[in-house]
Formats: sequence, C-alpha cells, structure tokens
Amino acid sequence: MSEIALPKVDRVTVSKKDIIVSSLKNFTSSENVLSELDEIKPYETDALAAYKNLPLAVVLPENTKEVSEILKYCHQENIKVIPRGAGTGLSGGALPLNDAIILGLGKFNKILDIDFDNKCVVTQPGVTNLSITHAVKHKGYYYAPDPSSQLACSIGGNVAENSGGVHSLKYGTTTNNILGVEMVMMDGTICKLGGKTLDQEGYDLLGLICGSEGLLGVITEITVKILKNPQTVKAALIGFPTIEDGGNCVTDIISNGIVPAGMEIMDKALIDATEKFVHAGYPMDAEVLMIVELDGTKSEVDELFKKIKEIAEKNKSNSFKLSKSEKERLGFWSGRKAAFPACGAMAPDYYCMDGTIPRGKLSVILKEISRLSKKYNLAVANGFHAGDGNLHPLILFDGSDKEQLRRTEEFGAEILKACVRMGGALSGEHGIGIEKRELMCEAFNDIDIQQQLNIKKCLDEKNLLNPGKVYPILRKCAEEGRVHVHRGEEKFPDLPRF
Amino acid sequence: MFTEEKKNSQIFQDSNHLLPKSELEVSNIIKEAYKKKFPIDIHGANTKKFIGYNVQAAKSLDLSSINGIIEYLPEELYIKVKPGTLMEDVESALEKNNQELSFEPTDFGYIDNGISNKGTVGGCVACNFAGSRRFKSGSVRDFVLGFRGVNGKGDIIKSGGTVVKNVTGYDLSKLVSGSFGTLVALTEITLKISAKKPSQNTIVIYENDPKVISDLFQKVLSSSNEISGAVFIPDEPQNKKFDLNKSKAFKFNDLDQEGSFFALRVEGDKNSIKERIKDISNELDLKKFKTSNLDPHQSPLFWKSVNSLQLFSETKNNLLRAVVPPANCEKVMKDLKNKFKYFIDWSGSLFWIEVAGKDDDKLKEIKKMILQNNGYLTIIKKSEDFDFSEKIFTIDDTKLMISKKIKESFDPKGIFNPGKMYKDF
Repeated sequence: MSEIALPKVDRVTVSKKDIIVSSLKNFTSSENVLSELDEIKPYETDALAAYKNLPLAVVLPENTKEVSEILKYCHQENIKVIPRGAGTGLSGGALPLNDAIILGLGKFNKILDIDFDNKCVVTQPGVTNLSITHAVKHKGYYYAPDPSSQLACSIGGNVAENSGGVHSLKYGTTTNNILGVEMVMMDGTICKLGGKTLDQEGYDLLGLICGSEGLLGVITEITVKILKNPQTVKAALIGFPTIEDGGNCVTDIISNGIVPAGMEIMDKALIDATEKFVHAGYPMDAEVLMIVELDGTKSEVDELFKKIKEIAEKNKSNSFKLSKSEKERLGFWSGRKAAFPACGAMAPDYYCMDGTIPRGKLSVILKEISRLSKKYNLAVANGFHAGDGNLHPLILFDGSDKEQLRRTEEFGAEILKACVRMGGALSGEHGIGIEKRELMCEAFNDIDIQQQLNIKKCLDEKNLLNPGKVYPILRKCAEEGRVHVHRGEEKFPDLPRF
Repeated sequence: MFTEEKKNSQIFQDSNHLLPKSELEVSNIIKEAYKKKFPIDIHGANTKKFIGYNVQAAKSLDLSSINGIIEYLPEELYIKVKPGTLMEDVESALEKNNQELSFEPTDFGYIDNGISNKGTVGGCVACNFAGSRRFKSGSVRDFVLGFRGVNGKGDIIKSGGTVVKNVTGYDLSKLVSGSFGTLVALTEITLKISAKKPSQNTIVIYENDPKVISDLFQKVLSSSNEISGAVFIPDEPQNKKFDLNKSKAFKFNDLDQEGSFFALRVEGDKNSIKERIKDISNELDLKKFKTSNLDPHQSPLFWKSVNSLQLFSETKNNLLRAVVPPANCEKVMKDLKNKFKYFIDWSGSLFWIEVAGKDDDKLKEIKKMILQNNGYLTIIKKSEDFDFSEKIFTIDDTKLMISKKIKESFDPKGIFNPGKMYKDF
C-alpha cells in the first residue's frame, strides 16, 4: 500500500549480512538459512500484502535449542528478529525489516502429545489451528477458537494475536483456551509458562504473552484445551428489512439471556457478493442477514430457537430459516465464510478492517460506515461477528490507483477511530501490527503506552524482537511526549523508541 | 501546584491509614509515597489479608471508600465498578437482571471468622480465585475486560476496555489479576457478566474409592452435557486436630446418606436439565451407585457452601490450595489418604487441604507431592504459631526473574505491598 514508517535501518548490520548468514548456519542446518533473493522473496509480506519489505535473511530452526541459540546470538550482535508463523496475519505483524532476520516457525509442525485424560493437546507453534481439531475429532473433541483462516493459520500465530473466530462469543478467544506455552526470550532464555493445570500462580505471564504480537518472546510449544463436541448444533438464517432491526435483534437476543455459539451479521452488499459467489441460498430481500448458531442439548437448542424466532419477529424479521441437517447448517455458513474471496471477485483489491464496538452500537457504526463510504467514494461490504461486536468491513478498491489507496487507508482509519469513540477497540482479533500502530494514540495516552513499553523492556531490553510493530513510532506517545516529524526527519534518530 | 503538593504531603504524613475517595487522591498519595520511597499496604476489605506474607509497611492504602457501580449495561454484558465495591452489591445488582459473575468468586469469610464475606471487587481481581465453575467457564482473569489503576509512580494507567474481543497492546488485565496489589492500585474494573441459568440440580453420588471418584471426574470432563460443577467431599478424619464441619456445612434434606460423596451440578432450563440428567445417568452409569438429587432450592445453597469453604470454617490450622492436572487426581487422593481434611473441586483439579500442627516437614512433603504431580500449591492460611520455611507461592527461577522485572516496570521503587508474594520484592 502506501509508504509506512519503519525503524531506522542499521547499516552496520546490513553490511555484515554475509557474516550473519554464515553464523546462523552454526546453529541450524545450512539449508534452513535462506539469504538469496529468490529464497527470501516469499517472506517479504504477510496477509496484509499491500506492505512489502525484504528481510536480511530467513532462518527456519527445527527445535527450541536452535531458536534459543539463534536468539542469543542476535541479542549479542544487536540483530533484529521478526518471528513468523504461517504468514496469514492481517495487520502486518510479520512484515520484515531490511536489517532483521525472519525467524520462521514453519518447521515446528508437529503435535507432540494428545492428552485426552487432561483434555489438552501439546503442540508445536507451526501446526495449523484446524489440524488440532483434526487430531482429536475421532474421539469427539475439538479446539474451540476458529479464526476464519483456520485451515492455514498457525496456532503460534493465534497465540501471538489472541485470535478469536465465529465461536468466541460462547467459547472465548485463544487466551481463554490455552493452558501453557514454552517460550524463548530475546536473550535466549527458555521459559515454561503454565502447563496442564488450570490457571497459573503468580503474575499471569501466559495472559501477557497471548496477544503480544511477537514482541515479547518466541513461542516454541503450546498446550491448548480441547472440548467435547456439543450434542446438537443448529443454525438459523434470519433476514431483516433494515440495519436497525437487525442490530436491535442482536441486542435483544443477548438481553434475553441467550448466548449463541455464534451470531453473525452481513449487510446487503456482502449478501449480494457472497450469494453470487457460492449460492448459499441467502434471502435476497433482506437488507441485513443474521446467522445464529446454537449448541447444547436437543431440547435446549429447539427451545432457544423458538425464543429467538419470537425476538426476531418482534424486530420485524422478514425471513427465518432453521437448518434441518448438518449439510444445510454448513451451507448457511458457506456464504459468510466466502466473504473474502467474494469481495476479491468484485474489485481488484479489498482491505479488511477489524474493530470492535459495544453490540448496541451496531446500527450506528453501520450508518457511519455507509456515510464514510460515500465520503471516500469507495464501496464497502460489512460482515460482523455481531455477538461480540467485532466488525470486519471490507473496503473495495483498486490498488493500482495511488489516489484510491490513500482514500482506502483514510477510510479504514476513520472506521477504527469511530469504533474507539463508541467505546470499542481498534482491533478485535487481527492485532495492531504495523497497520494500526499510529492509531494506538486514539485509544491510549502517553502514560498508558509508556507502561506497556516498560513491560517490553523487561523481556527484550534492546528492543530487537519485532520492533516497529504495535506501538506508534510516528506520533511517539512515549515518555518524551509527542514529536512532530517533518518530512521524516526526526530529532535524535538513534535514540531507541519502542 | 505547590499548594497541591503540600496538601498531598500533609495528608500522607498525618495518617497511617490512608482512605482516598477518588482516583486522583490515590494517585496523589502514591506520588508522595514514590517520592519518599515509603512502602504501602494496599487493600480493600481485608477479607483475604492472611494470604501471602505479611507486608512490612507502616502505611496502609485502603481502597474501600472508592466504591460504587459506575456503569452496568445488562445487554452489553459488562459492569464497570470502582474497586471498593462489595462483591455482594455487584451480585445483587446482577441478580435483578438474571445475570451473574460466572466465575463464582470464592468467599474467604468463613475460614477467617465463620461469617460470609466476599470482600470487594478489587480484592477479588487482585487474588484471582475462582470457584466451582472454573473448569467450564474460566477464572476471574477471564472476566476482567479492562481496568484503570495507579502504578507505583503515581501514574494513572488503563488497559483493555468494555468489549470482549480486544487485541490492542498487551493484555494488562491478565497481569493485574492475581497480582495481590503488587503492581497497580486498581481504581476501576470492568467485568464481563453472564446470563444466569434459569434453574439447576445437583446429583449426589455416595462413594469413597479414589479410583471411582477419579473416573467420575474424568467422565464429567468428557461429557457434552455442560456440567458446571463437580466436587468430592470425603469424610473428615476422626482426629482431634480437625474440627468436624462436614455434616453442618452440607446439611440438606436430600443429602441423606452418611459418608463421603461426589456431587455434580447441571444448569439450564427445566427441560434441558431433565434431558441432561438422563444422559449423564448413562454416561456415569449412575445405577451402580447410591445417589440423591438436590432440587433447585437446595442446589444453589450446596454450591454456596462449597465456594465459601465452609468445611474449614474458622479453622486454626493451615489451609493449602493445590491445583494439578485432572488426570493426577487419583494419585493425589491416594497420597492424602485419610491423613488430612480436604476436598476436591474443579472436577478433579483443585484440592483444598487442611494441615494441622506446626510441622514444616509435613507441608514440604505435600508440596513435593503436588509438584511431582505437575501441579502448584499455595499456602492460603497459616496457623498462628507456625513459621513456614516454605515459599507461599510456587514459582521457578526464570519466572521469578521475569516477575521481578515486571514488578519493577509497574512499581520501580517497590512500594506496593512489598514482600507480599515473594520475599525478594
């Protein structure tokens, strides 16, 4: 996309590339160290593909000892390190820096222990989210957090971003579903946080690491909780004539004490796009479509759907379709799950936003997005994890048009600022990365951010691990106050700013 | 500015019991303490004061006057309160909307003086002790959506917010939960709340064999019937060292058999409870056992008794809390035998153990056994005349090193509850 400010490139490190590459080969097999352009090119971006940058080198260690030795070396030599999982992150958290090595966890791809007695799985971080469920489903278990990219995204990346998914309304996000991790700190120290027990004593370092976007340590092993499959799962498609009616229905369902396993909302633009794409059988007369999924015992699910139908009718729903089979239920979801490719088919590019709002503000934010869509003259399609107020507007644009790019970014930033104004958050599940870094000042003041930077120093005193991510580097909500940056020339350019 | 500083300094000097009424006052007091490097004992209602080492601080910062519900939005499923708000007040406000705190806060009042007292929200978050629903719903830390507080320099800081999904910077709510007031003086807490299930029943199974009990716990954890509580209450050792509380704490019309028992809770609407109980009867092969059923009137009182530790009411002995992976439950039970008074919660994971006497070796032995079973152990209450050589919290060296740095990042001069959790800081 457009230019993004990145930490100052350390020319000395760049000039020592050959030495660094050969040193890295002391810690892992030489074929695990990539440094030629054609080898490192695939790592120049993550799923926020608009931003690209080449790393100094890529190293793909095979075990914890190798990770520890590599980090210890980089710590000693002041070399920046960017940890990377499957590269499916949407906020640019794994964007390389020219003077940094990418530490890819792709070879950490084994499930180490399936412990049905303790209802947990010990896995390496490079294993995909969905493989965990695949590994335990023969005994009727599953891993609950289900980000839409679960087929490809790694569980290590899920921990880094505290990923959620459609079912986080009832089952929580990653942080509520992990029991322990093994982590290597930037200086090479290996530590175990948690284990197979519920909770851990002392400061909840596991809770701190989850969602820290690769800034505090490199995760080399994860213990996740597994759950027994629910007895009955059903979904309903409910159409509404207006945005307000759909929004009110979400609030009313929750107010009535019902906690659906998932509750999604799609606007007209997204209904049209996905229906054309996968023919999920969505009602074309609806302005807003809701997918509600319930799980539990059969009688409970049936009883609650009766209640939901009443609530929907009170909110003027114009269609209600309950799944009669597992095939039909999956069909209901097929459209929602095809939201991204469907939008991809509508425009050369799309930009997926991720913010959170209090559920009651759903119709307000949708109206605001619609106003902004006109203001910036860019089409947008909206998909929401409505149950927990997590919105994913997809802005459609043409990336080859610089002017459209600029408008798209401004449009996105305005949506997120509106989320914060309404009492929500800048990111629900994609993380801050580089994408929303400068917007952190919308949600936090200098003191808040300074406290977070002080924590960063505890685990990575030299600021070598994934620098330039999450915390603002342009506006500097840091101890020294805001710094006006004119044409990229800043004062004290060598002063480390985290 | 000068007069303000003078005033703060005066307030700080005049009293050893500092009772601020606002966040700003908290901040001013801490700024003074920071300047003078004066340690302070931060607390709420003091209902859990006996947990941890004694804090060596001449001044106490009492947050109980900063109380009240700031915002309660039932439809948004959160409540924002000041730290001194009583848990009781929060629970009764939620009750009016058929809502609750799903983590079932532990009531430490009984073990202290025989009277229920859940203390304040600030205290509950600072200690992070969740009740019987833990294995299904989560701990206190899973319900803290955000907070405001004052760090050891007197800076007002915040983290998180009011929404469930929030990945904006480090999740400091987790760090603060269970930090025993050593990182932040909390001034505002937002908790996630849940809809209360319309009804509940408890099935009681009269059984004593560790293998059978352990199997029952396993079956509960493997069930898809959303069982929301599973405990084992063994008979108390007939030993002068322990008070006999079991028959008093669990006096219910339908708990009509003598001896040790296992109990599990099912919540939901009446039909789903019926359906679940039928299914559970098959899963657990209940026809093999003597059982009884606590109806929706007795069931909540039963779990209240569990979660207020009434078995150990007014104990003068040492009370330990151990958490192990559930599959190790049987081994721990076999080791404890009938030597100690104890009960098991969290479907086989959580052991509350009462240890009589002044013998440090006995405690060391239990701790060693818990560690061998991949668990951890906390000394909750110490008998008055017992000087432990054992650490109160279990921690390894690397984690201790990180924790020390984290402590310094919030409280650089170490003035908040010094020595409360670990002797070094």
